[in-house]
Amino acid sequence: MSPNWVKFLGNTPLSNAKNRMTARAAREIVPGMVVNLGIGLPTKVVDHLPSDFPVCLHTENGLTGIGPTLPPDQANRNLIDAGGAYVSTVPGSAFFDSATSFAMVRSGRLDLTMLGAFEVSSQGDLANWKIPGKFSPGVGGGIELAQRARRVVILTTHTDRAGNPKLKDECTLPLTARGCVSRIFTEMAVIDVTPKGFALAEIAEGVSLAEVREATGASLIVPDSTLPVF
Amino acid sequence: MMLPDKTAQLEEVVARIGDGATIMVGGFGVPGTPMTLIQELVRQGARDLTLIKNDANEPGMGVDHLLRNGQVARLITTHLGLNTHAIGLMNNDQIKVEFNAQGILAERIRAGGAGIGAVLSDIGIGTELAEGKQVVEVDGKPHLVETALRADFALIHADRADPFGNLTYVATARNFNPLMAMAADCVIAEAETVTPLGELEADAVHTSGVFVDHVAELGEISGEYAVVQR
Repeated sequence: MSPNWVKFLGNTPLSNAKNRMTARAAREIVPGMVVNLGIGLPTKVVDHLPSDFPVCLHTENGLTGIGPTLPPDQANRNLIDAGGAYVSTVPGSAFFDSATSFAMVRSGRLDLTMLGAFEVSSQGDLANWKIPGKFSPGVGGGIELAQRARRVVILTTHTDRAGNPKLKDECTLPLTARGCVSRIFTEMAVIDVTPKGFALAEIAEGVSLAEVREATGASLIVPDSTLPVF
Repeated sequence: MMLPDKTAQLEEVVARIGDGATIMVGGFGVPGTPMTLIQELVRQGARDLTLIKNDANEPGMGVDHLLRNGQVARLITTHLGLNTHAIGLMNNDQIKVEFNAQGILAERIRAGGAGIGAVLSDIGIGTELAEGKQVVEVDGKPHLVETALRADFALIHADRADPFGNLTYVATARNFNPLMAMAADCVIAEAETVTPLGELEADAVHTSGVFVDHVAELGEISGEYAVVQR
C-alpha cells in the first residue's frame, strides 16, 4: 500500500457503510482472544470495542497488548505497530523480537486475524499482496497470518475501484494462502466460505439481495430464512 | 578478571566495510534502525552492497540514503510498502529484491546466528515464495528448506550498552536487532547510552556482548530517530 493510502485511512472518517461494516466485524472478536488486525480497514475495528473489553491485540513488530493510537506530540518514537502508526501500551503489554512474534503466529496462538483482500475465492483462497506490474511491495507477515491464524476473516470493499467483483470462483492474482478464509465482511454483506462455496450470512441495511448477487463474481448460497441486517 | 572493552569510534569500524559486503541492518520502520551507522556508511561510500533488512524505511530516511547513493545492489527484505522510491528501483531493475515472509526471514537469520544450516517450514507452499526452494517431507508433509542467513556485518541499534557490548533494546525497537546481532562475522552496535560495566542488570541484557564486536555511543541523537510527522 502506498504511503498516501495509509495517510488517507489515518485521517479520513469512514463512510457510514464502512463504519457499519467495521462495527459488525468488531462483534467477531470474542472476549479472551488474541487478535491481529491488518493494516488499513481492520485497524478501525478496534474503535468499536469498549475500552475495558478483554482482548489481547498482537502486532508483528513485537508487541502484545496494543493500546490506543497516539497523536505525534504524545507519541513514543520507539513504539509503533506494523503499519507504522504510533501506538501505546496497556497494563500487561509485552515486547519481543521478530522471531518470537512469528512464533506466536505460526504455532497457532492467534485466535483471529482480520486482513484486507484483492480477491477471495469461493474455496477461501486469498490474494492480498501482489498485483503483477502494478503493486508488489512484498508480503510482509501476510502469508504467516493467513496460513496460521486459527480464524481468518476478511474486511474489504465488495468490488474493486473499477467495480469488478473481489469475490470470485478462482483467484487470478498471486495467492497469499489457499483455503484460509472463513468469513468476509464487506459494506454490502457478511459472507461465509463453506465447503459448498460462498454463503450469504447477513446483509447491510438498504442493500438488496439482487445487488449483492450482481456485485459477487461467484454463485451465492442464500438461506431460506430471513437474512439478519447489519 | 575484567571483561574486555570493545568501545570504538563509529568512523573507524564502519571503515572496515568494503565493496561487495553483505550487511544486516536492524529496525522495523524507524524504531531500531541504526540511522547513524547508516549515515556513516553513506559518507564512506562502500558499494555493491547486499542489504538484509525487514523494510526499506521511508523515502529520505534510513537505508533509503544508501539506495539513493547507488550503494545497494541487492536487498533481502519482507516489505517495501512505505518506500515508493525503493519500489521504483526494484521495478526498473536497478536493485535486485528478494522477498521473504517476515517470520521466515527472522528464522533464517536466527538459524544463521545459531550455527544451523537451514530451517524447515510449510509457510508459503503453493505461493510464489516457494518457487525454486528445495522441498523435503517431514512426517508425510512437504516443507520448504529455508537456508540460514549470515552476513559479513550487522549494524545494530541499541538503547543501552556496556563496554563489553552487552545490549538492551526498548519497546518495538527490538524487532530484528537481537537476531541480527548473532548472525554476522562483525557486529557493530550503536547505543544511545554506553554505561560502565556492571550498570546493566545482568538479567536485563537482551544481547550478550559475546556476539558484539564493536560498540559506539551516539551521545546526542539525530532528528532521523524522531517521531515521523505524516
